[in-house]
Amino acid sequence: MAVIRDKMPAFQLFQPASTGEALGVLDQYGADAWVLAGGLDSWDWFKDRVKKPAAVVDLGGIESLRSIRSFGGTVEIGAMATLREVVRNPDVSSQFSLLVEATELAASPQIRNQGTIGGNIGQDTRCWYYRDGWSCYRAGGNICYADTPTAMNREHAILGASRCVAVNPSDTAPALVALDAEMVVENSGGQRVIPAQDFFIGPAIDIMRMTVLQPGDILTSIRIPSTWAGQRFYFEKSRDRAVWDFPLANVASAARITNGVIEDIRIVANGVAPYPVRFTAAEDAVRGEAVSDETAERAGEIAIRGVRPLAHNGYKVALLRNLVKRSVRGAEA
Amino acid sequence: MGDVEHIQTAEQQGVSRRSFIKGVIATGASVSASNYVLRGGHGVALAQAPGSVERLVTLTVNGQQRRVDVMPQETLATTLRYKLGLTGTKIGCDRAECGACTVLVDGVAHYSCSTLTHQVRGREVMTIEGLEGADGSLHPVQQAVVDLQGFQCAFCMSGFVMNMVELTNENPDATRAEAAQHLSGNLCRCVDYNRILNVAEKACELTRNGMRS
Ligand SMILES: Cc1cc2nc3c(=O)[nH]c(=O)nc-3n(C[C@H](O)[C@H](O)[C@H](O)COP(=O)(O)OP(=O)(O)OC[C@H]3O[C@@H](n4cnc5c(N)ncnc54)[C@H](O)[C@@H]3O)c2cc1C
Ligand code: SF4
Ligand code: FES
Ligand code: FES
Repeated sequence: MAVIRDKMPAFQLFQPASTGEALGVLDQYGADAWVLAGGLDSWDWFKDRVKKPAAVVDLGGIESLRSIRSFGGTVEIGAMATLREVVRNPDVSSQFSLLVEATELAASPQIRNQGTIGGNIGQDTRCWYYRDGWSCYRAGGNICYADTPTAMNREHAILGASRCVAVNPSDTAPALVALDAEMVVENSGGQRVIPAQDFFIGPAIDIMRMTVLQPGDILTSIRIPSTWAGQRFYFEKSRDRAVWDFPLANVASAARITNGVIEDIRIVANGVAPYPVRFTAAEDAVRGEAVSDETAERAGEIAIRGVRPLAHNGYKVALLRNLVKRSVRGAEA
Repeated sequence: MGDVEHIQTAEQQGVSRRSFIKGVIATGASVSASNYVLRGGHGVALAQAPGSVERLVTLTVNGQQRRVDVMPQETLATTLRYKLGLTGTKIGCDRAECGACTVLVDGVAHYSCSTLTHQVRGREVMTIEGLEGADGSLHPVQQAVVDLQGFQCAFCMSGFVMNMVELTNENPDATRAEAAQHLSGNLCRCVDYNRILNVAEKACELTRNGMRS
Protein backbone atom coordinates (compact mmCIF):
# COMPACT_ATOMS: atom_id res chain seq x y z
CA MET A 1 0.00 0.00 0.00
CA ALA A 2 1.26 3.38 -0.84
CA VAL A 3 2.20 5.34 2.22
CA ILE A 4 1.29 8.99 2.42
CA ARG A 5 4.33 10.77 3.68
CA ASP A 6 3.51 14.46 3.50
CA LYS A 7 0.81 15.30 6.00
CA MET A 8 0.82 13.87 9.50
CA PRO A 9 -2.13 11.75 10.61
CA ALA A 10 -4.34 13.20 13.32
CA PHE A 11 -3.44 13.27 17.00
CA GLN A 12 -4.67 15.22 20.00
CA LEU A 13 -2.25 18.00 20.86
CA PHE A 14 -1.81 19.16 24.44
CA GLN A 15 0.10 22.29 25.37
CA PRO A 16 0.30 22.26 29.16
CA ALA A 17 1.64 25.27 31.05
CA SER A 18 3.26 23.30 33.86
CA THR A 19 5.17 20.06 34.33
CA GLY A 20 2.44 18.81 36.67
CA GLU A 21 -0.22 19.34 34.06
CA ALA A 22 1.94 17.59 31.43
CA LEU A 23 2.50 14.60 33.72
CA GLY A 24 -1.28 14.34 34.18
CA VAL A 25 -1.85 14.01 30.43
CA LEU A 26 1.04 11.56 30.08
CA ASP A 27 -0.46 9.34 32.79
CA GLN A 28 -3.86 9.51 31.20
CA TYR A 29 -2.58 8.30 27.80
CA GLY A 30 0.27 6.00 28.95
CA ALA A 31 2.11 4.39 26.04
CA ASP A 32 -0.17 6.23 23.56
CA ALA A 33 1.34 9.59 24.53
CA TRP A 34 4.36 11.23 22.91
CA VAL A 35 6.46 13.93 24.57
CA LEU A 36 7.15 16.73 22.10
CA ALA A 37 10.09 19.12 22.44
CA GLY A 38 11.35 20.74 19.19
CA GLY A 39 9.85 17.86 17.23
CA LEU A 40 12.79 17.32 14.88
CA ASP A 41 13.09 13.65 15.76
CA SER A 42 9.31 13.29 15.97
CA TRP A 43 7.89 14.42 12.62
CA ASP A 44 9.54 11.67 10.54
CA TRP A 45 7.98 9.01 12.72
CA PHE A 46 4.55 10.61 12.38
CA LYS A 47 4.79 11.46 8.68
CA ASP A 48 5.92 7.93 7.86
CA ARG A 49 3.11 6.45 10.00
CA VAL A 50 5.67 4.39 11.87
CA LYS A 51 4.74 5.75 15.30
CA LYS A 52 1.14 6.78 15.84
CA PRO A 53 0.60 8.42 19.21
CA ALA A 54 -2.96 9.31 20.19
CA ALA A 55 -1.80 12.27 22.25
CA VAL A 56 1.17 14.56 21.70
CA VAL A 57 2.24 16.60 24.71
CA ASP A 58 4.11 19.74 23.67
CA LEU A 59 6.41 20.93 26.47
CA GLY A 60 7.04 24.25 24.68
CA GLY A 61 4.71 26.22 26.95
CA ILE A 62 6.45 25.24 30.20
CA GLU A 63 8.76 28.18 30.89
CA SER A 64 10.61 26.51 33.79
CA LEU A 65 11.96 23.76 31.50
CA ARG A 66 13.81 26.22 29.32
CA SER A 67 16.15 28.10 31.63
CA ILE A 68 19.89 27.60 32.00
CA ARG A 69 21.05 28.36 35.56
CA SER A 70 24.31 28.26 37.47
CA PHE A 71 24.71 27.63 41.17
CA GLY A 72 27.86 26.77 43.11
CA GLY A 73 29.77 25.75 39.98
CA THR A 74 27.00 23.46 38.73
CA VAL A 75 25.28 24.45 35.50
CA GLU A 76 21.70 23.20 35.18
CA ILE A 77 20.33 23.20 31.63
CA GLY A 78 16.56 22.93 31.23
CA ALA A 79 15.64 20.05 28.93
CA MET A 80 13.75 22.47 26.65
CA ALA A 81 16.72 24.81 26.11
CA THR A 82 17.38 24.82 22.37
CA LEU A 83 20.75 23.75 21.03
CA ARG A 84 21.25 27.37 19.97
CA GLU A 85 20.64 28.56 23.53
CA VAL A 86 23.12 26.01 24.89
CA VAL A 87 25.81 27.17 22.44
CA ARG A 88 25.23 30.84 23.28
CA ASN A 89 25.07 30.47 27.07
CA PRO A 90 28.07 32.22 28.69
CA ASP A 91 28.32 29.78 31.65
CA VAL A 92 28.25 26.73 29.41
CA SER A 93 30.78 28.17 26.98
CA SER A 94 33.19 29.43 29.64
CA GLN A 95 33.14 26.27 31.80
CA PHE A 96 32.11 23.42 29.53
CA SER A 97 33.18 24.33 26.01
CA LEU A 98 33.19 20.59 25.26
CA LEU A 99 29.41 20.67 25.16
CA VAL A 100 29.41 23.78 22.98
CA GLU A 101 31.71 22.14 20.43
CA ALA A 102 29.58 19.01 20.33
CA THR A 103 26.34 20.96 20.03
CA GLU A 104 27.57 23.25 17.27
CA LEU A 105 28.42 20.24 15.14
CA ALA A 106 24.93 18.74 15.36
CA ALA A 107 22.51 18.91 12.43
CA SER A 108 22.00 22.33 10.74
CA PRO A 109 21.59 25.91 12.07
CA GLN A 110 17.78 25.86 11.76
CA ILE A 111 17.60 22.51 13.53
CA ARG A 112 19.79 23.87 16.33
CA ASN A 113 17.52 26.93 16.52
CA GLN A 114 14.56 24.70 17.33
CA GLY A 115 15.83 21.31 18.51
CA THR A 116 16.33 21.00 22.25
CA ILE A 117 19.06 19.43 24.32
CA GLY A 118 16.48 17.07 25.87
CA GLY A 119 15.34 16.02 22.40
CA ASN A 120 18.91 15.58 21.24
CA ILE A 121 19.69 13.06 23.96
CA GLY A 122 16.20 11.54 23.74
CA GLN A 123 16.39 10.98 19.99
CA ASP A 124 15.97 7.51 18.56
CA THR A 125 18.44 5.64 16.36
CA ARG A 126 18.75 6.40 12.63
CA CYS A 127 18.77 2.72 11.51
CA TRP A 128 16.82 3.05 8.28
CA TYR A 129 15.21 -0.37 8.44
CA TYR A 130 13.68 0.55 11.75
CA ARG A 131 12.86 4.13 10.79
CA ASP A 132 11.21 2.88 7.64
CA GLY A 133 8.81 0.80 9.72
CA TRP A 134 10.30 -2.69 9.26
CA SER A 135 9.28 -4.96 12.10
CA CYS A 136 12.77 -5.63 13.44
CA TYR A 137 13.76 -6.45 17.04
CA ARG A 138 13.71 -2.79 18.05
CA ALA A 139 10.19 -2.47 16.68
CA GLY A 140 9.05 -5.55 18.61
CA GLY A 141 9.75 -8.12 15.88
CA ASN A 142 12.17 -11.05 15.83
CA ILE A 143 14.86 -10.22 13.27
CA CYS A 144 17.55 -7.62 12.68
CA TYR A 145 17.56 -6.55 9.04
CA ALA A 146 20.84 -4.68 9.41
CA ASP A 147 22.89 -7.59 10.69
CA THR A 148 22.91 -9.78 7.60
CA PRO A 149 25.70 -10.27 5.04
CA THR A 150 23.91 -8.23 2.40
CA ALA A 151 22.42 -5.52 4.63
CA MET A 152 23.22 -1.83 4.42
CA ASN A 153 25.11 -1.47 7.67
CA ARG A 154 27.87 1.01 6.95
CA GLU A 155 26.53 3.29 9.72
CA HIS A 156 25.89 0.58 12.29
CA ALA A 157 27.61 -0.55 15.50
CA ILE A 158 31.00 -2.13 16.07
CA LEU A 159 30.57 -2.35 19.85
CA GLY A 160 27.89 -3.02 22.45
CA ALA A 161 25.37 -4.65 20.12
CA SER A 162 22.97 -7.32 21.32
CA ARG A 163 20.72 -8.58 18.50
CA CYS A 164 20.14 -4.92 17.49
CA VAL A 165 23.22 -3.32 15.89
CA ALA A 166 21.88 0.25 15.66
CA VAL A 167 23.88 3.18 17.04
CA ASN A 168 23.03 6.18 19.17
CA PRO A 169 23.46 9.17 16.84
CA SER A 170 23.52 12.04 19.36
CA ASP A 171 26.42 14.47 19.30
CA THR A 172 25.70 15.98 22.70
CA ALA A 173 25.34 12.65 24.53
CA PRO A 174 29.06 11.70 24.65
CA ALA A 175 29.99 15.21 25.80
CA LEU A 176 27.47 14.99 28.65
CA VAL A 177 28.75 11.55 29.69
CA ALA A 178 32.34 12.82 29.62
CA LEU A 179 31.34 15.76 31.84
CA ASP A 180 29.74 13.42 34.44
CA ALA A 181 26.39 15.12 33.87
CA GLU A 182 23.23 14.01 35.64
CA MET A 183 19.75 13.73 34.17
CA VAL A 184 16.82 14.95 36.24
CA VAL A 185 13.68 12.98 35.40
CA GLU A 186 10.19 13.50 36.79
CA ASN A 187 7.06 11.44 36.69
CA SER A 188 3.87 11.53 38.75
CA GLY A 189 5.63 9.40 41.40
CA GLY A 190 8.37 11.99 41.97
CA GLN A 191 11.85 12.92 40.79
CA ARG A 192 14.93 10.81 40.13
CA VAL A 193 18.46 11.85 39.21
CA ILE A 194 20.36 9.55 36.88
CA PRO A 195 24.05 9.72 35.95
CA ALA A 196 24.38 10.36 32.19
CA GLN A 197 26.29 7.14 31.77
CA ASP A 198 23.35 5.10 33.07
CA PHE A 199 20.73 7.20 31.28
CA PHE A 200 21.64 5.72 27.89
CA ILE A 201 20.95 2.00 27.62
CA GLY A 202 21.84 -0.67 25.10
CA PRO A 203 19.66 -3.41 23.61
CA ALA A 204 20.91 -5.92 26.20
CA ILE A 205 18.97 -3.90 28.79
CA ASP A 206 15.98 -2.91 26.65
CA ILE A 207 16.00 -3.43 22.90
CA MET A 208 13.11 -1.00 22.29
CA ARG A 209 14.46 2.08 24.06
CA MET A 210 17.65 4.12 23.81
CA THR A 211 17.35 5.69 27.27
CA VAL A 212 15.85 4.83 30.65
CA LEU A 213 12.91 7.17 29.94
CA GLN A 214 9.59 5.30 30.26
CA PRO A 215 6.08 6.39 29.30
CA GLY A 216 5.02 8.99 31.86
CA ASP A 217 8.55 10.36 32.35
CA ILE A 218 9.68 13.89 31.57
CA LEU A 219 13.33 14.84 31.48
CA THR A 220 13.29 18.21 33.20
CA SER A 221 16.96 19.22 33.24
CA ILE A 222 20.57 18.21 32.84
CA ARG A 223 23.03 19.09 35.60
CA ILE A 224 26.70 19.48 34.84
CA PRO A 225 28.76 19.45 38.04
CA SER A 226 31.88 21.60 38.44
CA THR A 227 34.11 18.48 38.30
CA TRP A 228 35.48 19.17 34.82
CA ALA A 229 34.89 22.92 34.58
CA GLY A 230 37.56 24.62 32.49
CA GLN A 231 39.64 21.45 31.99
CA ARG A 232 41.21 20.32 28.72
CA PHE A 233 38.51 19.22 26.32
CA TYR A 234 38.54 17.47 22.98
CA PHE A 235 35.63 16.85 20.63
CA GLU A 236 35.78 15.49 17.13
CA LYS A 237 33.04 14.32 14.82
CA SER A 238 33.53 12.33 11.64
CA ARG A 239 30.72 12.52 9.09
CA ASP A 240 30.11 12.28 5.36
CA ARG A 241 28.82 15.84 4.85
CA ALA A 242 29.80 18.95 6.77
CA VAL A 243 26.22 19.89 7.67
CA TRP A 244 23.05 17.96 8.53
CA ASP A 245 24.91 14.74 8.95
CA PHE A 246 24.91 12.40 11.88
CA PRO A 247 28.24 11.19 13.20
CA LEU A 248 29.79 8.09 11.68
CA ALA A 249 31.68 8.29 14.95
CA ASN A 250 32.43 11.07 17.38
CA VAL A 251 34.61 11.33 20.46
CA ALA A 252 34.48 13.55 23.54
CA SER A 253 37.16 13.73 26.20
CA ALA A 254 37.70 15.75 29.35
CA ALA A 255 41.15 15.62 30.94
CA ARG A 256 42.76 17.09 34.03
CA ILE A 257 46.38 17.59 33.15
CA THR A 258 49.12 18.85 35.50
CA ASN A 259 52.64 19.45 34.21
CA GLY A 260 51.96 17.31 31.17
CA VAL A 261 50.67 14.37 33.20
CA ILE A 262 47.11 13.07 32.87
CA GLU A 263 45.68 13.11 36.39
CA ASP A 264 42.25 12.01 35.34
CA ILE A 265 40.35 11.62 32.07
CA ARG A 266 37.00 10.65 30.56
CA ILE A 267 36.89 9.26 27.03
CA VAL A 268 33.49 8.68 25.42
CA ALA A 269 32.47 7.92 21.82
CA ASN A 270 29.12 7.78 20.07
CA GLY A 271 27.98 6.47 16.70
CA VAL A 272 29.87 3.22 17.31
CA ALA A 273 27.47 1.47 19.70
CA PRO A 274 23.79 1.62 20.68
CA TYR A 275 24.75 4.00 23.50
CA PRO A 276 27.61 6.45 24.10
CA VAL A 277 30.52 4.22 25.15
CA ARG A 278 32.88 5.25 27.91
CA PHE A 279 36.29 3.63 27.52
CA THR A 280 37.20 3.05 31.16
CA ALA A 281 40.02 0.59 30.41
CA ALA A 282 41.68 3.17 28.16
CA GLU A 283 41.13 5.85 30.81
CA ASP A 284 42.80 3.60 33.43
CA ALA A 285 45.72 2.93 31.12
CA VAL A 286 46.56 6.58 30.57
CA ARG A 287 45.84 7.95 34.04
CA GLY A 288 49.14 9.03 35.61
CA GLU A 289 50.92 8.96 32.25
CA ALA A 290 52.47 11.84 30.38
CA VAL A 291 50.54 13.21 27.42
CA SER A 292 52.43 11.74 24.47
CA ASP A 293 51.90 10.00 21.16
CA GLU A 294 52.72 6.73 22.85
CA THR A 295 50.15 7.16 25.60
CA ALA A 296 47.56 8.24 23.07
CA GLU A 297 48.34 5.29 20.83
CA ARG A 298 47.86 2.90 23.72
CA ALA A 299 44.45 4.38 24.56
CA GLY A 300 43.35 3.96 20.94
CA GLU A 301 44.45 0.32 20.83
CA ILE A 302 42.64 -0.47 24.08
CA ALA A 303 39.45 1.24 22.93
CA ILE A 304 39.04 -1.09 19.96
CA ARG A 305 39.47 -4.30 21.95
CA GLY A 306 36.44 -6.50 21.46
CA VAL A 307 35.04 -4.72 18.39
CA ARG A 308 32.77 -6.77 16.13
CA PRO A 309 32.48 -5.02 12.78
CA LEU A 310 29.70 -5.93 10.35
CA ALA A 311 29.99 -6.43 6.58
CA HIS A 312 30.30 -2.74 5.69
CA ASN A 313 31.49 -0.84 8.75
CA GLY A 314 35.01 -2.17 9.28
CA TYR A 315 36.34 1.34 8.63
CA LYS A 316 34.85 2.40 11.96
CA VAL A 317 37.47 0.36 13.82
CA ALA A 318 40.37 2.45 12.55
CA LEU A 319 38.23 5.58 12.85
CA LEU A 320 37.46 4.92 16.50
CA ARG A 321 41.08 4.05 17.31
CA ASN A 322 42.30 7.28 15.78
CA LEU A 323 39.60 9.46 17.33
CA VAL A 324 40.36 8.06 20.80
CA LYS A 325 44.07 8.55 20.18
CA ARG A 326 43.58 12.16 19.18
CA SER A 327 41.27 12.82 22.12
CA VAL A 328 44.05 11.76 24.50
CA ARG A 329 46.77 13.68 22.69
CA GLY A 330 44.62 16.82 22.67
CA ALA A 331 44.01 19.57 20.15
CA GLU A 332 47.36 21.34 20.67
CA ALA A 333 49.41 18.35 19.53
CA MET B 1 -7.12 33.57 25.05
CA GLY B 2 -8.41 36.15 22.63
CA ASP B 3 -9.59 33.27 20.45
CA VAL B 4 -11.91 31.87 23.07
CA GLU B 5 -13.46 35.25 23.72
CA HIS B 6 -14.00 35.77 20.04
CA ILE B 7 -15.75 32.44 19.64
CA GLN B 8 -18.06 33.23 22.50
CA THR B 9 -18.88 36.55 20.93
CA ALA B 10 -19.70 34.83 17.66
CA GLU B 11 -21.94 32.36 19.42
CA GLN B 12 -23.64 35.08 21.41
CA GLN B 13 -24.44 36.74 18.15
CA GLY B 14 -26.25 33.61 17.06
CA VAL B 15 -23.58 32.47 14.63
CA SER B 16 -23.09 28.74 15.02
CA ARG B 17 -19.60 27.56 15.79
CA ARG B 18 -19.49 25.51 12.62
CA SER B 19 -20.49 28.32 10.30
CA PHE B 20 -18.03 30.59 12.02
CA ILE B 21 -15.24 28.10 11.40
CA LYS B 22 -16.26 27.77 7.76
CA GLY B 23 -16.16 31.50 7.44
CA VAL B 24 -12.65 31.61 8.78
CA ILE B 25 -11.50 28.95 6.34
CA ALA B 26 -13.13 30.66 3.40
CA THR B 27 -11.47 33.97 4.13
CA GLY B 28 -8.12 32.41 4.94
CA ALA B 29 -7.66 29.87 2.18
CA SER B 30 -6.30 30.69 -1.21
CA VAL B 31 -8.75 29.52 -3.83
CA SER B 32 -6.48 27.26 -5.85
CA ALA B 33 -5.41 25.30 -2.82
CA SER B 34 -8.77 24.67 -1.25
CA ASN B 35 -8.91 21.01 -2.31
CA TYR B 36 -5.59 20.46 -0.69
CA VAL B 37 -6.80 21.97 2.54
CA LEU B 38 -10.05 20.12 2.71
CA ARG B 39 -8.45 16.77 2.02
CA GLY B 40 -7.45 16.76 5.67
CA GLY B 41 -10.96 15.64 6.54
CA HIS B 42 -13.08 18.56 7.53
CA GLY B 43 -16.31 17.92 9.32
CA VAL B 44 -14.72 14.95 11.05
CA ALA B 45 -12.43 16.28 13.66
CA LEU B 46 -14.15 19.20 15.29
CA ALA B 47 -14.63 17.25 18.52
CA GLN B 48 -11.84 17.98 20.99
CA ALA B 49 -10.45 15.92 23.84
CA PRO B 50 -10.72 17.96 27.02
CA GLY B 51 -7.62 20.05 27.51
CA SER B 52 -6.27 19.60 24.01
CA VAL B 53 -5.66 22.61 21.79
CA GLU B 54 -8.41 24.85 20.43
CA ARG B 55 -8.42 24.77 16.64
CA LEU B 56 -9.42 28.34 16.04
CA VAL B 57 -6.34 30.39 16.63
CA THR B 58 -4.98 33.82 15.92
CA LEU B 59 -1.49 33.93 14.47
CA THR B 60 0.76 36.92 14.13
CA VAL B 61 2.14 36.74 10.61
CA ASN B 62 4.09 39.60 9.07
CA GLY B 63 2.76 41.92 11.76
CA GLN B 64 -0.87 41.07 11.03
CA GLN B 65 -3.28 39.13 13.21
CA ARG B 66 -4.57 36.24 11.13
CA ARG B 67 -7.44 34.07 12.38
CA VAL B 68 -7.36 30.55 11.09
CA ASP B 69 -8.60 27.01 11.76
CA VAL B 70 -5.58 24.83 12.42
CA MET B 71 -5.55 21.08 12.90
CA PRO B 72 -3.42 19.84 15.81
CA GLN B 73 -0.98 18.04 13.50
CA GLU B 74 -0.70 20.83 10.93
CA THR B 75 2.70 22.22 10.04
CA LEU B 76 3.34 25.93 9.79
CA ALA B 77 4.32 25.56 6.12
CA THR B 78 0.90 24.07 5.37
CA THR B 79 -0.97 26.80 7.21
CA LEU B 80 1.02 29.58 5.57
CA ARG B 81 0.72 28.26 2.04
CA TYR B 82 -2.67 26.62 1.93
CA LYS B 83 -4.71 28.56 4.47
CA LEU B 84 -3.18 32.01 4.58
CA GLY B 85 -2.26 32.13 0.89
CA LEU B 86 1.37 32.98 1.65
CA THR B 87 2.86 30.82 -1.09
CA GLY B 88 6.22 32.60 -1.04
CA THR B 89 7.28 29.98 1.50
CA LYS B 90 8.18 26.80 -0.40
CA ILE B 91 8.04 23.17 0.62
CA GLY B 92 10.96 21.16 -0.74
CA CYS B 93 11.63 18.06 1.31
CA ASP B 94 9.10 18.44 4.14
CA ARG B 95 11.79 16.74 6.29
CA ALA B 96 14.05 19.46 7.75
CA GLU B 97 16.63 18.65 5.10
CA CYS B 98 16.59 21.45 2.52
CA GLY B 99 15.67 24.83 4.03
CA ALA B 100 13.22 25.93 1.30
CA CYS B 101 10.54 26.47 3.97
CA THR B 102 12.64 28.69 6.26
CA VAL B 103 10.69 31.47 8.00
CA LEU B 104 11.50 33.58 11.05
CA VAL B 105 9.80 32.89 14.38
CA ASP B 106 10.52 35.70 16.84
CA GLY B 107 13.40 36.60 14.54
CA VAL B 108 14.93 33.11 14.59
CA ALA B 109 15.12 30.94 11.44
CA HIS B 110 12.94 27.83 11.59
CA TYR B 111 12.00 25.14 9.09
CA SER B 112 8.26 25.74 8.78
CA CYS B 113 7.75 22.20 7.42
CA SER B 114 9.02 20.92 10.74
CA THR B 115 7.19 23.25 13.11
CA LEU B 116 3.59 22.79 14.18
CA THR B 117 1.46 25.86 13.65
CA HIS B 118 0.26 25.49 17.23
CA GLN B 119 3.88 25.81 18.39
CA VAL B 120 4.07 29.40 17.11
CA ARG B 121 0.91 30.76 18.70
CA GLY B 122 1.72 33.98 20.51
CA ARG B 123 4.96 34.37 18.56
CA GLU B 124 5.83 36.61 15.61
CA VAL B 125 6.07 34.76 12.30
CA MET B 126 7.78 36.53 9.41
CA THR B 127 7.66 35.21 5.85
CA ILE B 128 9.17 36.58 2.67
CA GLU B 129 5.91 38.45 2.00
CA GLY B 130 6.58 40.53 5.11
CA LEU B 131 9.96 41.95 4.10
CA GLU B 132 8.86 44.81 1.89
CA GLY B 133 8.40 48.10 3.74
CA ALA B 134 4.99 49.78 3.98
CA ASP B 135 6.20 52.29 1.37
CA GLY B 136 7.23 49.53 -1.02
CA SER B 137 10.93 49.85 -0.20
CA LEU B 138 12.92 46.66 -0.36
CA HIS B 139 14.67 44.95 2.51
CA PRO B 140 18.49 45.00 2.10
CA VAL B 141 18.45 41.26 1.38
CA GLN B 142 15.85 41.74 -1.36
CA GLN B 143 17.84 44.66 -2.77
CA ALA B 144 20.98 42.53 -2.85
CA VAL B 145 19.15 39.75 -4.72
CA VAL B 146 17.92 42.24 -7.30
CA ASP B 147 21.28 44.00 -7.66
CA LEU B 148 23.29 40.81 -8.14
CA GLN B 149 20.63 38.71 -9.85
CA GLY B 150 21.16 35.96 -7.33
CA PHE B 151 19.51 32.58 -7.79
CA GLN B 152 18.60 30.63 -10.91
CA CYS B 153 15.26 28.80 -10.66
CA ALA B 154 14.84 30.47 -7.23
CA PHE B 155 12.89 27.63 -5.65
CA CYS B 156 15.32 27.82 -2.75
CA MET B 157 15.29 31.60 -2.70
CA SER B 158 12.72 32.52 -0.10
CA GLY B 159 14.26 30.13 2.39
CA PHE B 160 17.74 31.53 1.76
CA VAL B 161 16.44 35.09 1.90
CA MET B 162 14.75 34.57 5.27
CA ASN B 163 17.89 32.98 6.68
CA MET B 164 19.91 35.94 5.31
CA VAL B 165 17.54 38.31 7.09
CA GLU B 166 18.44 36.56 10.34
CA LEU B 167 22.11 36.89 9.37
CA THR B 168 21.92 40.61 8.65
CA ASN B 169 20.09 41.17 11.94
CA GLU B 170 22.50 39.14 14.02
CA ASN B 171 25.85 39.66 12.35
CA PRO B 172 26.02 42.22 9.54
CA ASP B 173 29.83 42.07 9.87
CA ALA B 174 29.82 38.43 8.80
CA THR B 175 32.70 37.27 6.64
CA ARG B 176 31.96 35.15 3.59
CA ALA B 177 32.91 32.04 5.56
CA GLU B 178 30.62 33.03 8.43
CA ALA B 179 27.79 33.67 5.99
CA ALA B 180 28.36 30.24 4.45
CA GLN B 181 28.21 28.70 7.90
CA HIS B 182 25.04 30.61 8.75
CA LEU B 183 23.38 29.53 5.49
CA SER B 184 24.54 25.94 5.70
CA GLY B 185 21.03 24.71 6.56
CA ASN B 186 19.75 25.72 3.11
CA LEU B 187 20.32 23.79 -0.11
CA CYS B 188 20.25 25.06 -3.69
CA ARG B 189 19.62 22.42 -6.34
CA CYS B 190 20.89 24.76 -9.05
CA VAL B 191 24.13 24.92 -7.07
CA ASP B 192 24.22 28.70 -7.27
CA TYR B 193 26.08 28.97 -3.97
CA ASN B 194 28.73 31.35 -5.20
CA ARG B 195 26.24 33.98 -6.21
CA ILE B 196 24.10 33.29 -3.15
CA LEU B 197 27.11 34.12 -1.00
CA ASN B 198 27.72 37.25 -3.07
CA VAL B 199 24.15 38.23 -2.24
CA ALA B 200 24.70 37.54 1.45
CA GLU B 201 27.82 39.70 1.50
CA LYS B 202 26.07 42.48 -0.36
CA ALA B 203 23.06 42.31 1.98
CA CYS B 204 25.40 42.63 4.97
CA GLU B 205 27.13 45.56 3.31
CA LEU B 206 23.82 47.35 2.64
CA THR B 207 22.81 46.73 6.23
CA ARG B 208 26.11 48.10 7.57
CA ASN B 209 25.62 51.17 5.41
CA GLY B 210 22.40 51.88 7.23
CA MET B 211 19.79 50.52 4.86
CA ARG B 212 16.76 49.46 6.91
CA SER B 213 16.74 45.85 8.12
C1 LIG C 1 17.99 16.34 9.09
C2 LIG C 1 18.42 16.11 10.49
C3 LIG C 1 19.77 16.05 10.81
C4 LIG C 1 20.19 15.86 12.11
N1 LIG C 1 21.53 15.78 12.39
C5 LIG C 1 21.94 15.57 13.67
C6 LIG C 1 23.32 15.49 14.01
O1 LIG C 1 24.19 15.62 13.18
N2 LIG C 1 23.66 15.25 15.30
C7 LIG C 1 22.72 15.10 16.28
O2 LIG C 1 23.08 14.91 17.44
N3 LIG C 1 21.41 15.17 15.99
C8 LIG C 1 21.02 15.40 14.72
N4 LIG C 1 19.69 15.47 14.41
C9 LIG C 1 18.78 15.25 15.45
C10 LIG C 1 18.38 16.59 16.04
O3 LIG C 1 19.45 17.27 16.56
C11 LIG C 1 17.58 16.22 17.13
O4 LIG C 1 16.50 15.58 16.53
C12 LIG C 1 17.05 17.38 17.92
O5 LIG C 1 18.03 17.89 18.81
C13 LIG C 1 15.97 16.80 18.68
O6 LIG C 1 15.47 17.77 19.49
P1 LIG C 1 13.93 18.07 19.44
O7 LIG C 1 13.71 18.92 20.62
O8 LIG C 1 13.56 18.58 18.12
O9 LIG C 1 13.36 16.59 19.65
P2 LIG C 1 11.90 15.92 19.65
O10 LIG C 1 11.66 15.35 18.30
O11 LIG C 1 10.89 16.86 20.18
O12 LIG C 1 12.16 14.78 20.68
C14 LIG C 1 13.03 13.68 20.40
C15 LIG C 1 12.67 12.51 21.30
O13 LIG C 1 12.98 12.80 22.64
C16 LIG C 1 11.83 12.75 23.46
N5 LIG C 1 11.90 13.90 24.36
C17 LIG C 1 12.27 15.16 24.01
N6 LIG C 1 12.29 15.96 25.09
C18 LIG C 1 11.92 15.19 26.14
C19 LIG C 1 11.76 15.47 27.54
N7 LIG C 1 12.01 16.67 28.05
N8 LIG C 1 11.35 14.45 28.34
C20 LIG C 1 11.12 13.23 27.83
N9 LIG C 1 11.28 12.91 26.54
C21 LIG C 1 11.67 13.88 25.69
C22 LIG C 1 10.65 12.82 22.51
O14 LIG C 1 9.53 12.15 23.03
C23 LIG C 1 11.20 12.17 21.28
O15 LIG C 1 11.07 10.77 21.39
C24 LIG C 1 19.23 15.71 13.12
C25 LIG C 1 17.88 15.77 12.83
C26 LIG C 1 17.47 15.97 11.54
C27 LIG C 1 15.99 16.03 11.25
S1 SF4 D 1 19.92 -2.59 13.82
FE1 SF4 D 1 18.31 -2.57 15.39
S2 SF4 D 1 16.95 -1.02 14.63
FE2 SF4 D 1 18.16 -1.65 12.85
S3 SF4 D 1 17.08 -3.39 11.86
FE3 SF4 D 1 18.47 -4.27 13.37
S4 SF4 D 1 17.18 -4.51 15.22
FE4 SF4 D 1 16.16 -3.00 13.90
S1 FES E 1 10.79 21.82 3.15
FE1 FES E 1 11.34 22.28 5.18
S2 FES E 1 13.46 21.88 5.22
FE2 FES E 1 12.86 21.16 3.24
S1 FES F 1 18.29 28.67 -7.55
FE1 FES F 1 17.35 26.78 -8.11
S2 FES F 1 17.33 25.71 -6.23
FE2 FES F 1 18.49 27.45 -5.75
